Amino acid sequence: MGAAQLPSTEFEDSDVGDAPLKDVPPADNLVQLLGPDGRLRYDAKFSPYIARLTPEKLRSFYRDMATVRRFDQEATALQRQGELALWVPLTGQEAAQIGSGQATEPQDYIFPTYREHGVALTRGVDLSHLLKLFRGISNAGWNPKDTNFHLYSLVLAVQTLHAVGYAMGIQRDLAADPATEPAAVVAYFGDGASSEGDVHESMVFAASYQAPVVFFCQNNHWAISVPFEVQSRIPLVNRAGGYGFPGIRVDGNDVLAVHAVSEWALDHARSGQGPVLIEAFTYRLGAHTTADDPTKYRLAAEEEKWRAKDPLMRLEKYLRAENLADDAFFSSVKDDGDALAASVRKTTLAMTVPDIRSSFANVYAQTHPLVTEELAWFENYAASFAEPGTGSAAGNETGAP
Amino acid sequence: MTTMTIAKAINEGLRTTLAANPKALIMGEDIGALGGVYRVTEGLKAEFGADRVMDTPLAESGIIGTAIGMALRGYSPICEIQFDGFVFPGFNQITTQLAKIHTRSSGQLSAPVVIRIPYGGGIGSIEHHSESPEALFAHTAGLRIISPSNAHDAYWMIQQAVACPDPVIVFEPKRRYWLKGEVNTESAGLDAFSAQVLRSGTDATVVAYGPLVPVALAAAEAADQEGHSVEVIDLRSISPIDFDAVTASVEKTGRLIVAHEAPTFGGLGGEIAARISERCFYALEAPALRVGGFHMPYPVARVEEHYLPDIDRILEALDRALAY
Repeated sequence: MGAAQLPSTEFEDSDVGDAPLKDVPPADNLVQLLGPDGRLRYDAKFSPYIARLTPEKLRSFYRDMATVRRFDQEATALQRQGELALWVPLTGQEAAQIGSGQATEPQDYIFPTYREHGVALTRGVDLSHLLKLFRGISNAGWNPKDTNFHLYSLVLAVQTLHAVGYAMGIQRDLAADPATEPAAVVAYFGDGASSEGDVHESMVFAASYQAPVVFFCQNNHWAISVPFEVQSRIPLVNRAGGYGFPGIRVDGNDVLAVHAVSEWALDHARSGQGPVLIEAFTYRLGAHTTADDPTKYRLAAEEEKWRAKDPLMRLEKYLRAENLADDAFFSSVKDDGDALAASVRKTTLAMTVPDIRSSFANVYAQTHPLVTEELAWFENYAASFAEPGTGSAAGNETGAP
Repeated sequence: MTTMTIAKAINEGLRTTLAANPKALIMGEDIGALGGVYRVTEGLKAEFGADRVMDTPLAESGIIGTAIGMALRGYSPICEIQFDGFVFPGFNQITTQLAKIHTRSSGQLSAPVVIRIPYGGGIGSIEHHSESPEALFAHTAGLRIISPSNAHDAYWMIQQAVACPDPVIVFEPKRRYWLKGEVNTESAGLDAFSAQVLRSGTDATVVAYGPLVPVALAAAEAADQEGHSVEVIDLRSISPIDFDAVTASVEKTGRLIVAHEAPTFGGLGGEIAARISERCFYALEAPALRVGGFHMPYPVARVEEHYLPDIDRILEALDRALAY
């Protein structure tokens, strides 16, 4: 099969011109409510969701997207300055993350990959805590029980199965006690991870048991250096039909559309109607990680094309055109973002290196004789380096990594 | 005291656990109406319902991965892997996720999932149905691994595994499923992670676990006919290993033989031999010796009798140890 036979995953925005926008259907069954021009599109099923949004809510979409983008810039700078071992930028994917994250309810539970900084923000996770992982001082910068935002998963797709299992637990809680608050689980993953067997198994299990889970795939077009076309010859959303549950492809750079389809999908799951797959069609504007170099595998022209579809830009146009936000608002968002970035930087630089003893402490929940023996050996070994009279020993340092 | 087979003892242990703990549930392939390919879960679906004795899709990673998710929601899943050689599709979930969740979360989360795996050879079966992969899991910190060798332990150890806050893999000696024994349903006696001296002796110590425990006892009996007094230790727990019990025995006997079906190279026997050599160096009269499988994929059934350690292989090692 030649490359010419590969299905196109690119979408073209409708040339709306001066036509009455309500009559313009979105391209390729892509749910789009706000075009790159900042003007609304009409969708019979999902446009009514916009009518329910207050001006405050609309402004919060912008505020969250701008905040996490500013945070992303600061984290990237911290990595470049040697303060983080690695960073995983999200720039370009703000609408997919803020739109879906803001649609979740507190009782819902989120299983992220390692790039869901925007979702973390909507769940109330202190963004500076995300950096503990990348500074090499903790694999758990936050307690998932506080926000129902699970720890990042680095092994691709494993969390999709955890999400389904968690959702099966919710089903049992509801069966045991009908007063249990209905909840849904969101499993985030990407177009690269969609090729992993665990995604397949998680969809099989979810369909079999009609588990209340929303599979949220951010198709950002690139799995490090490998383009989406290598992962799938059909739109990912089509796979949902094979498992027997609904799939929706949404413009992932359109926060209004992402929020609307996420609300619908979460309601669907919470009300016991089973899983949904959402494919958010978006683009990773930056590198996969700070160790990556996209100039080696993709054209700048492609990035420029996607920059024109920027999620923040189109919402700003809309908010200004509708007089829902003014210069003072955008100025305050920028100032608050800068203040957050400064605070994150300060917090990060003050993070202390943990004691290796804490690693011994958490291997098992119940005392394990081998760990106890090895810790005792380490204590003796460390003590052998102590300066007479000071009591200091190896393994208990603080400061920069 | 009740007499039952190991399979029945596990079945009763599971029944007791399901009745006592509303959060406990069983999941696996063919474990419901069929009662499992070895009938270990027979009757449990009828008694506790399909939501607590769950026939899953045929996907081992899916079984382990969803069990982890249910554990995070507060449940105590007990997974059955149908055969030892079929655990590997779930290996990623077990080693990169299940074993690490407590550590990764700095102790804030735990996933007390239990995984039952029928293991070992001697059943005349086809490829992938006779393996002993326990060392692969023992090498992974965060997991606990136990293997009962008799009905009493089988009844209690599955319950103790479910009660443990850490993930536990229970390797069940499948060729001994129909071995009968006395079960004291009133008292466990030992915790799941302690070794047990099954026969006292003074000339050498034979350490075994799971399916080779009856072989070790028979070898000790045969040695006794020849005037050699052999102590037999049933290790019971593979991670952690009760080195104190083995040390105490070898301090007394001065000779150690470790027997398991798994290949000797990179196996648990090497770990035990190394640690006991370190702990009992001045007491040892001979090098610690290993009896185990060869460095080959498990052979075809018609020649497995030459692969599996038997009484004579243990006695041969005993002769070598006594010759020093």
